[in-house]
Amino acid sequence: MSSNSSLTTMKRTVEQLKLEASVERIKVSQAAADLQQYCLQNASKDALLVGVPAGSNPFREPRSCALL
Amino acid sequence: MGEMEQMKKEAETLKTQIEAARKAANDTDMASAASGVAPAPRVQLKTRKTLKGHLAKIYAMHWSTDNRLMVSASQDGKLLIWDSHSGNKVNAVPLKSSWVMTCAYAPSGNLVASGGLDNMCTVYNLKTPVIKTVKELDAHTGYLSCTRFLSDTEILTASGDTTCALWDLETGKQKTVFLNHVGDCMCLSLSPDMNSFVSGACDSLAKLWDIRDGQCKQTFQGHTSDINAISFFPSGNAIITGSDDCACKMYDLRADQEVICYQDAALNSGVTSLALSLSGRLIFAGYDDFNCNIWDSLKGEKVGVLSGHDNRVSCTGVPPDGMCVCTGSWDSFLKIWN
Repeated sequence: MSSNSSLTTMKRTVEQLKLEASVERIKVSQAAADLQQYCLQNASKDALLVGVPAGSNPFREPRSCALL
Repeated sequence: MGEMEQMKKEAETLKTQIEAARKAANDTDMASAASGVAPAPRVQLKTRKTLKGHLAKIYAMHWSTDNRLMVSASQDGKLLIWDSHSGNKVNAVPLKSSWVMTCAYAPSGNLVASGGLDNMCTVYNLKTPVIKTVKELDAHTGYLSCTRFLSDTEILTASGDTTCALWDLETGKQKTVFLNHVGDCMCLSLSPDMNSFVSGACDSLAKLWDIRDGQCKQTFQGHTSDINAISFFPSGNAIITGSDDCACKMYDLRADQEVICYQDAALNSGVTSLALSLSGRLIFAGYDDFNCNIWDSLKGEKVGVLSGHDNRVSCTGVPPDGMCVCTGSWDSFLKIWN
């Protein structure tokens, strides 16, 4: 690798680092609170968390009722 | 001081700056912050369907947006389209190359894509009277590890050539190439708002990319080996990664750092795949040890396990309505659990 292209690569690395350094960060406590809120607000719709009633489970064979 | 020396010094300074800023934002850890949250119930799911049909290892699967159909890819050289409710195969797509590593279902349900060691992403139309190949996307110089449709006209790919790319399906050409990883790209996940995506690579880093301007916006470190699996948290504010270092991690995008690590001293198998439940509370992670472990995403605790495969779990997926989880394995079977 010529010294010119190493320099170009290094310049690109520095530019990328400058971009990533400029990100505005929020506190982890706030991030955690928002994630918790999302989970809790959507918990009741989460079938894998709350379960699926047997009768309305599309992956289970329906139990047939014979009306005589 | 030479220009090169100056640049190296500047790079080091910037890295130190980033670490300091992250540390300053690190006022707590997720598990402590979640101490007031009720624990997730012990999750005991049953196998509702075992899908038999592939004749060799399954490498990938992807749900259709209709919550019912799904596509799976196996090194038997086929893509199979399944009706998960009945367990029946509705279509079979023979592949030119059997070394397939990924597959995807377009949101419209009209198209599927696959790719692997042929370095190409092939797109098929399921709606023509006979399934037709509509495009062969050929520009990567390494294997295709992952692909996802944005629509019927745009698709994203991740490759062993260390790049990701956005393709125009009408021209078959790359619109944008995402360059920054220094290791094979192994996985990608599209953000819920479709403006960005994240990629995981063998350089043990996860990167966030802006789809439209092609820039890498953020880089997440912490893993000590290849990242094989990645997924956005449903709110779009965090990502979960799974690695050969046997751990999964959650990184929050706005805090720009790792916020929780999902690991267990007893677990010493790599993570191959992962999927989140609808609320994001549960993480289903497939491992090389034939199991799929279920983690409480907020508390970092293992809350269940899906055992039943006789070989590595290579892929997992939860449909958009969250009604079940599908696991695919090197044992050639797919299982649907809820």
